[in-house]
Amino acid sequence: MDVLLDNLDLYGPFFLTTIKLFLIAGAVSLVFGTFLAMLRVSPVPVFRGAGTLYVTVVRNTPLTLVFVFFVFAYPFLEISTFSYFNYAVVALSVYTSAFICEVVRSGINTVPVGQAEAARALGLNFTQVLGQIVLPQAVRSVVPPLVSTLIALLKNTTIAAGFSVAEAGAVRQYLSERGYNQLTGLLWVSLGFIILVAILSVLQRALEKRWSVAR
Amino acid sequence: MSNVLFDSPGPKARVRYRGLAVLGALIIVAILAYVVWRFYDSGQFAGRKWDWLQYQQVQEDLLTALLATLRAFALGAVLALIFGAVFAAGRLSEHAWVRAASVAIVELFRAIPLLVLMFLFYYGLPALGVKMTPYLAVVLGLTLYNGSVLAEVFRAGILALPKGQSEAAYALGMRKAQVMFSVLIPQAVRSMLPTIISQLVVLLKDTALGFLVTYPELLYYARAISTQGAFGRPSVPSTIVVAAIYITLCLLLTALATYLERRQRRSKKLPPAAAKAEEGALEPVL
Repeated sequence: MDVLLDNLDLYGPFFLTTIKLFLIAGAVSLVFGTFLAMLRVSPVPVFRGAGTLYVTVVRNTPLTLVFVFFVFAYPFLEISTFSYFNYAVVALSVYTSAFICEVVRSGINTVPVGQAEAARALGLNFTQVLGQIVLPQAVRSVVPPLVSTLIALLKNTTIAAGFSVAEAGAVRQYLSERGYNQLTGLLWVSLGFIILVAILSVLQRALEKRWSVAR
Repeated sequence: MSNVLFDSPGPKARVRYRGLAVLGALIIVAILAYVVWRFYDSGQFAGRKWDWLQYQQVQEDLLTALLATLRAFALGAVLALIFGAVFAAGRLSEHAWVRAASVAIVELFRAIPLLVLMFLFYYGLPALGVKMTPYLAVVLGLTLYNGSVLAEVFRAGILALPKGQSEAAYALGMRKAQVMFSVLIPQAVRSMLPTIISQLVVLLKDTALGFLVTYPELLYYARAISTQGAFGRPSVPSTIVVAAIYITLCLLLTALATYLERRQRRSKKLPPAAAKAEEGALEPVL
């Protein structure tokens, strides 16, 4: 308990950074992941190929390697430099959007083709088919895997601690400098993550209950 | 090709698609050209930056690092499979306290970030007087986290088996442990094999976290090489080389999973769990 109370000035801001990292990277990867999913279901082969290539490469690359690339290798390309926090956001978004893309794509695929065919037969145009028929049904089946991906993102933010971002995973380093017991310190960090993950799981269950669709 | 979103194209749409294809190809070529130009302009194609690959010593060290990655992967995978089988059986136990304990452990290790687990072992345990090598910390972390995920996979596989399987085994006079370990788990493993291998891909990728607890694996070696002034600090080339190795390894495993899935779909004795897994109900947890 002492370790936590004596170092609230560490735990507070560091967990705040974790949450900030999670929210920003989550929002970016939701947008970019959906864009990728659009590429992958598009009727134009070139777009499909580009989307598939991105997802295949990124999904098979360790996140730590993505971090190494952006933090250590990217500056050598002399394009522009960012803060470590922004590098972390970029690395997490690049990685997570590949997984979001697959979730969204599988969600679209769960909608039976007959639904869209019936809608088209009624004379709805593309926007109407997408907005009123396909998406409402796809979103429902997508919620559980989407939240799982976001939970994974939340846990993955700890890797940023290894790349000079002062977030929850980095508390350990500061504690050891202050001479506190690292084991206790890390157990408190774990507890923090268990609570955050539990919040997301409760959210998932609530959404699932509200939107579950009988088919 | 007709899918949910797009009808089969007519003559007008085909022309439009062709136009979009040209536009898309141009955009992609432009992006690639920009990347190549940046590489060229910042001197990443200079021979000096790639020279290190030709040294025999470097090649041998790279191989050693690769073996270190594979060693952590192999031991982690075997232990995670055992951990998963044991706790899947635990969650299906008849004793309430065994069930409760298994649920608690599985949920606990799924909620703690893998990196924090490794930190706990590597930096935390010495406070209790337990000395940890980076290798052990990495393997233990991989085992506990992926083992917990695999426990859920096994459990789903076992629950999807027909009830008759365990009933028949009990009727033959087998004991609970026998039913679980010689009838139910082997069948569950077979039907869940694609999902299990996808999770092993995750495990392989996670060995790269060892870099952050100073385990001298592939990524760690890449970093060591890129700080060498003698080789012109080849940060970009070394990252690309290691990425290629990781991607190849993961794709090989994925290809194995796809092959097994296809073989299973062909076989007539398709266990019901496989059908469920194919629906994507059980995506690997990254």
